[in-house]
Amino acid sequence: MAPTPQWLRRRTVKPEPAGDVLWEICRSCGERLYKKDLAEKLWVCPRCGYHFRLHALDRIALLADGDFQELAALLATGDPLQWSDRMPYAEKIAGDRKKSGLLEAIVVGLCRIDGVRVGLGVMDFFFRGGTMGSVVGEKVTLLIEEAARQRLPVVLVTASGGARMEEGVIALMQLAKTTAAVERFSELGLPLITVLTDPTTGGVSASFGFQGDIIIAEAGAAIGFAGRRVIDQTIRQKLPEGFQSAEFLLEHGQVDMVVRRSELKGVLGKVLRFLAAQAVPA
Amino acid sequence: MNVIIELEKPLLELEAKIADLKKLNETQRVDFSEEIAALEDKARQLKQEIFGNLTPWQRVHLARHPRRPLALDYISALSGFTELHGDRLYRDDPAIVAGYAYLGDLPIFVIGEQKGRDTKDNLYRNFGMPHPEGYRKAQRIMRLAEKFHRPLVTFIDTPGAYPGIGAEERGQSEAIASALKVAAGLRTPIVVNVIGEGGSGGALAIGIGDHIIMLQHAIYSVASPEAAASILWRDAGRAEEAAQRLRLTSDELFEFGIIDEIVPEPLGGAHRDPERIIADTLGATRRALERLVRLAPEELVDRRYEKFRRIGSHVELAHDSAAR
Ligand SMILES: [Zn+2]
Repeated sequence: MAPTPQWLRRRTVKPEPAGDVLWEICRSCGERLYKKDLAEKLWVCPRCGYHFRLHALDRIALLADGDFQELAALLATGDPLQWSDRMPYAEKIAGDRKKSGLLEAIVVGLCRIDGVRVGLGVMDFFFRGGTMGSVVGEKVTLLIEEAARQRLPVVLVTASGGARMEEGVIALMQLAKTTAAVERFSELGLPLITVLTDPTTGGVSASFGFQGDIIIAEAGAAIGFAGRRVIDQTIRQKLPEGFQSAEFLLEHGQVDMVVRRSELKGVLGKVLRFLAAQAVPA
Repeated sequence: MNVIIELEKPLLELEAKIADLKKLNETQRVDFSEEIAALEDKARQLKQEIFGNLTPWQRVHLARHPRRPLALDYISALSGFTELHGDRLYRDDPAIVAGYAYLGDLPIFVIGEQKGRDTKDNLYRNFGMPHPEGYRKAQRIMRLAEKFHRPLVTFIDTPGAYPGIGAEERGQSEAIASALKVAAGLRTPIVVNVIGEGGSGGALAIGIGDHIIMLQHAIYSVASPEAAASILWRDAGRAEEAAQRLRLTSDELFEFGIIDEIVPEPLGGAHRDPERIIADTLGATRRALERLVRLAPEELVDRRYEKFRRIGSHVELAHDSAAR
């Protein structure tokens, strides 16, 4: 894995380890894996190739050349609905901060990927299921606007259950807000590359997730509009083999390529260099 | 079962009695006018009692009332409506109707999400839940509106985009994402009418516009209460509770600054006076368009950007550790 960038080292709070401190069980093949080894293998099961979900900071460490400059780092939700169910929304957020080590479900900033300067946004499924509320919508928009000012490509790595229910219709409107930013950015002739990781569904797949000029799916990721449970409840029939997997989407023409985590940085670098290079003068 | 149908039953019975009595009054020698006046008074009171203070859950059901005017009722009230079919790629989706028409003397393109009137019709319309091809048809119509400099008017009424195998295989996410993108940059005025149920991205796909009108008893939310309850608590049965928390009524959306105008409904809901509600909605649409058609396309798109840009609620923390 790339050397930990300085800003990352400065973070005092590490995500709370879920489950066993030392060992992890592979969800796919059941193998018992030593966490330290697994981290070195980029959280990919050495036995079956299963890609574990990655924390946003680990993903940034994997992709950025080491110069990540975070934007809008301190934005937090204003809790527009003053939501509360089994506990107040504010308390859920506090719990997610402990679990993820992040203030919200996305980290955005400027960096280089394989030498190419880009705006990079990475979502974190460990924070409220990566759902998009006001803060995610605002940070994605700010990132795209800043990249537009500096004429930089944008890479968005998604991991999300969709719009955040606790922010109601305000969360829904973040689809419109981020879309408007993508549309304006696109008009400038700048590239947006999206990397869909496990899982990407709902309001995030139905907005910037599928608005990329090039759409990359990480191997094995579950990607779709509706979650499996909703589809099960609606149609009550057996779902096809591999339904909504990255490979299924590739076969159905929904994504450009399926890429393994170990190759992601290299692939992104190549795509970025091709799209960002000066075209042959007419 | 729609809870409003139960609620309004005594009122409908009373109104039927009044109608009978009025008929008798005309044909018989006996004068019933005093009785009629008393019953009408009682009906007014009853109506106020039943509908004066609806809960969010009852409002959800009012928005889904089987006799509520549907998209095609509004579209048919325009003159010279011509329906245009198909996405040119896969098939024609009956859950989305589209075409062109005249609003007064103004030529417009229209897109509406169409529910069914009865079971058979609902099966045909897929309960107003579009497939990707519906959203691709919508994109086609949006582009036609732009190309021929005609305003676009949309009517939202869906529980959400359809969650099914075919819809996923054919790219429901991409279809909605692209519809949003086309609408965001469309260089022609767009007026959106939320007439019944506005559920999730499936509603928003035809919901980006320059002026958003919502009927008083329509609802608009991040997900239908059933879907929200299922996502939040894995229990669609708690939909009533979700409806209370989601803040999906027109007055709340107006307060949030998400909609621009509310069309008042008669006490008891739009279905109690469909003609008036359709005329009022089209009137509001017309007034908005008269203002919007004067703007240059660039200004229109810039204003639309700012309109959605400012929606959100966030605070800046003093430092990183503050909240941890
Ligand atoms: Zn494994």
